[in-house]
Amino acid sequence: MDTNNTSRKEFLAGLVTTGLVLAGCSSKKSPFEMAASEDVKATGEKVKLLSVDGEVIEVDKAFLKPVPNMPTISNSEERKGIPGKKFVMVIDLSRCKNLRKCQSACNHMHHIHSNLNWLKVYPMDEGEHTAPYWQPTTCMHCDEPPCVKVCPVDATFKREDGIVLIDSDRCVGCRFCMAACPYSIRVFNWEKPDTVSEELAHKPYDCETSMPQKMGTVGKCDFCPDMARKGELPHCVSACPNGTFFFGDLNEDSVTNGAETFRFSDLIKDKAGYRLMDDLGTKPSVYYLPPVARNFPFEKGMEIDKG
Amino acid sequence: MEKISLTDEQVVSDLLPKKFGKLGMVWVAILIVFCLVGFFAYCRQLKYGLIVTSMRDYASWGIYISNFVFFVAISLVGSLITAVLRLSGVHWSTPLTRIAEIIAVSAITFASLIIIVDMGRPDRFYNLFLYGRLQSPIIWDVTVIITYFFISILLLYIPLLPDMKILLAGKEKKGIYKLYSFLGSFWKGTHLQFRISKRAINILCIAIVPIAFSIHTVTSWLFATTYRPGWDSTNFGAYFIAGAFLAGAGAVNVAMYVFRKYYKLENYITNDHFDKMGKITVMLGMLYLYFNVNEYLTPYFKMKKPEVAFLNSLFVGQFSVIFWSAIFGGMIIPMIILLFKRGRRPLPMFICGIMIVVGAWFKRFLIVTPTLLQPFLPMHNVPESYKHYFPSWEEWSIALGSLAGALLVITFFARFFPIIPIQETIIEQHEKQNH
Repeated sequence: MDTNNTSRKEFLAGLVTTGLVLAGCSSKKSPFEMAASEDVKATGEKVKLLSVDGEVIEVDKAFLKPVPNMPTISNSEERKGIPGKKFVMVIDLSRCKNLRKCQSACNHMHHIHSNLNWLKVYPMDEGEHTAPYWQPTTCMHCDEPPCVKVCPVDATFKREDGIVLIDSDRCVGCRFCMAACPYSIRVFNWEKPDTVSEELAHKPYDCETSMPQKMGTVGKCDFCPDMARKGELPHCVSACPNGTFFFGDLNEDSVTNGAETFRFSDLIKDKAGYRLMDDLGTKPSVYYLPPVARNFPFEKGMEIDKG
Repeated sequence: MEKISLTDEQVVSDLLPKKFGKLGMVWVAILIVFCLVGFFAYCRQLKYGLIVTSMRDYASWGIYISNFVFFVAISLVGSLITAVLRLSGVHWSTPLTRIAEIIAVSAITFASLIIIVDMGRPDRFYNLFLYGRLQSPIIWDVTVIITYFFISILLLYIPLLPDMKILLAGKEKKGIYKLYSFLGSFWKGTHLQFRISKRAINILCIAIVPIAFSIHTVTSWLFATTYRPGWDSTNFGAYFIAGAFLAGAGAVNVAMYVFRKYYKLENYITNDHFDKMGKITVMLGMLYLYFNVNEYLTPYFKMKKPEVAFLNSLFVGQFSVIFWSAIFGGMIIPMIILLFKRGRRPLPMFICGIMIVVGAWFKRFLIVTPTLLQPFLPMHNVPESYKHYFPSWEEWSIALGSLAGALLVITFFARFFPIIPIQETIIEQHEKQNH
């Protein structure tokens, strides 16, 4: 892990150097023109750079060429995950009143088809004399994911940081994962997503943003790993005004909803956290805190609920 | 057997494929119309996506998948009639082998096609071979279905070789005869060739039994490897195989009647054949009934919450009419009819066969979709249309088109190839005369 971090730093340093070098060139002649003309003569001035393989290489300054669009993270890196992390979510049921700000933020930020929701808020009412409560449900990002087990083409995969993602460029649309998921969190793009702009539709698919959603493939909650890379919280977490969602890293043993931060193990211990359908052996990464000492009565949520 | 002795020439002239009559033409035309409508519906699906179906996030598998299971089930009969009966030394089934085998080949072909129709991205079908993961039951299914397809083709083709020679006898190599000569001109009918072909058929017969069991067991595992009520069952493999043999036997009964009537094959497919097939059908029906009791009684006894919601939807709820019709019309009533000697005559056998096959189709639907409409968490935050399932016209057209396509393959096969093995019938006639 450490070596990876160092190489990342070096790489960034290399980029900065390149930038400086280019800036230096541009004072005399545009670097784009220089790169375009084939008969570039070596100046003899060398620049140290980090290659893609992680080796430090020396290149003549004259051969430096700017890359117009730096590629984002590669598919194989996206399939590996963020090193050293193990993401978890804690959902405090006593704070939810079915406001569904989480849902609209998620739908908006991921450009999901208007009929679909990755995040659902269920009115749970389990027995005859039990109290109903609202249950926001994301992907559980199981450690034994039934969906990943059945996928015939490795289009849905489990990363080292615990996140389960979908590669919509590979998905064949067999929907076996949807049948396998006991939490029914997976959705299918039955038609072309109506919320994707022309511009977004033509961008290459990115597993970490899960965008753009494509017709004939499966979609689901992705725990917003693109936000995690930036050190920010998933959209649902920051959208909830009641601080229902906590997100964090199990290795650091801390979760936060933006305003409050807790030690994960203490929170689970003090509030008797549990996981959904734990008896199935799927080992979810999402924990629930039971709806005790509630902030809102259940009925409050009925105003918004449309079924 | 009540078979009368026939001369070789008569056997050949009786069994050579004949041109379609008026009825045959009408039949083919109807099937082609169904296929074309199905094709048109599929073009619409390719253009607009699976939105043209009625499948949605909860009922994410519908009649395409149940149609697929139905086709796989029907195709199992090839292995039953050809392999199981041959290996157990039964001779009366010889005239039925080719009927069973062409049903198997045609059904397994359309099973593969209909699974592509169900895919959201059929353009990425090759991903199954590029990125196939051995852990996934779908890859197991792809593997065994491809294997079964090729073994079935060989079991159809190798016994056809001696007949090809008869078909070619003294004919100019024009039109269809070019095909015959391409397929079978190397067959000279030497002793060595007969010996090799007999050995090959024996090996294939042995090989096809485990493969046949695998295709339907693995197909059942597409459901049984999940947690869902109604699918989460260790009974599923055996239950599916028993059901498949029953459906296949029903299909053979229907085909026997139609071919006998249309091609006037009363000397070859005799009342005795119907009687024996009837007895086999009853036995398979009882086996299937036994597995059905296992499948539904034990969960209903326990009354586990998700299972009960599912079973109630079948027994008394929205699917109860289809369920009880399939159980009684597709299994119990035909079984009772076939218990009686008078019920095993050709016409009642034909009617029972139709009942079994239609019941089997609806039974597959009941296995696939009602389970998906009983998720563990409530159906919520979805449009109203997501909570029900009734197939759209595109789905019906494609499903019916695929069934018509399978019948078309069988029809054209019977047009160009002898549907009763000529050479084997002649050999059996000779053996009988020598006794």
